[in-house]
Amino acid sequence: MNTTAIKELLYKMADDLLIIGHRNSEWTGLGPILEEDIAFSSMAQDKIGQSQALFQLLHELGEQEPDTVAFTRNAKQFHNAQFVELPNGDYDFSLMRHFLYDVADQLRFEMLANSSYEPLAKVARKIKGELKYHVFHANTWIVKLGSANEESKARMQNALNDAWNYALGLFEEGEYETILKSEGIFAGEADLQHRWLETITPTLTKATLTIPHENAWEPKFGGRIGIHTEHLDPLVDEMSEVFRVDPNAEW
Amino acid sequence: MITEQEIWKGLELVKDPEIPTLSMVDMGIITKVEVRGESSVFVEMTPTFTGCPAIKMMEGMVADRLKEMGITQVEVVTTFDKPWDSNKLNERGLMCLKKHGLAPPVKHSGEVTMELLEHTECPFCGSKNTEMKSPFGPTLCRSMHYCNDCLQAFEGFKPVV
Repeated sequence: MNTTAIKELLYKMADDLLIIGHRNSEWTGLGPILEEDIAFSSMAQDKIGQSQALFQLLHELGEQEPDTVAFTRNAKQFHNAQFVELPNGDYDFSLMRHFLYDVADQLRFEMLANSSYEPLAKVARKIKGELKYHVFHANTWIVKLGSANEESKARMQNALNDAWNYALGLFEEGEYETILKSEGIFAGEADLQHRWLETITPTLTKATLTIPHENAWEPKFGGRIGIHTEHLDPLVDEMSEVFRVDPNAEW
Repeated sequence: MITEQEIWKGLELVKDPEIPTLSMVDMGIITKVEVRGESSVFVEMTPTFTGCPAIKMMEGMVADRLKEMGITQVEVVTTFDKPWDSNKLNERGLMCLKKHGLAPPVKHSGEVTMELLEHTECPFCGSKNTEMKSPFGPTLCRSMHYCNDCLQAFEGFKPVV
């Protein structure tokens, strides 16, 4: 099996989870209501735990320890999509990103549950069950706020418009796409994007929200090869601050 | 030589750090016990949730218990080989949850839906006239509910596939 291809796939998924997990954790103590504060904090914990499981798979393939990989790289060495590094913005944007990202991730892990790379398939089978709850949460709020009143609808539509091209950036293809497909490791980004569109469309329709017209689709690519927005640097600095002070600290 | 059965029995005393009525054996997170020699035991565990922060602590609790039982060589590992799902809680585990005021997870048949969670049975009065307030609670494995009959908020242990 092509280890380089598997590593590339694992890195981008683990980095997406780590960075969105960190963004989610920024709602801790600031959520608009207690239940939402807890929801974003729980999702943060889930995602960081899931990223750790993927970093562990990378470690088994010869990469450094999970903590070292997570906390000692600089922003250019991260492979997350730009979408997940964007600041939380208002709650409407956070919810919309949560919806668009989590549906994609759940579908990704469902596909990977059948991966020919068995260690990844095992982890994916576990994670896809956990992500169900993230998607439940997202669906509930998208439908509720999309059709609550004029202001909430307008805010959610704006959030969707702002998020859209970044969300498409999640499906940036890597250089090993063909190998991953032919070896049965992962069915590919194009396939995933297709499933994603099919899944989000009915929910957005129910929420009376409109997906931007196809003519305006300009996916924000680059994240997978280390090209990031100005928002990732400060995030990485903050996330790794404690680790860098004392890498051997016992917790 | 100590038998596997004796090890399982001994591990029943190791409780979940968050739910002290519930043992790790009843929870179904201990997936394998192997006696490897006169005083050498191997235990395999699996977390309820990938991000469960208690798993390291629980590994340590299992190791400590085995040492108490006179085992000198103890190896405890956590894997996803046999992933946990909520149907793995045994009958006694379900009872323990209820006693602790937590609604036990509804048995699932390979699929978890919102509907499955919507009318979780209230652990205080047994009513199903309840609603889910949030799929997230104080720990990753719990959700929050409200009982319209006894007017109490309660937590549930999430069904997970």
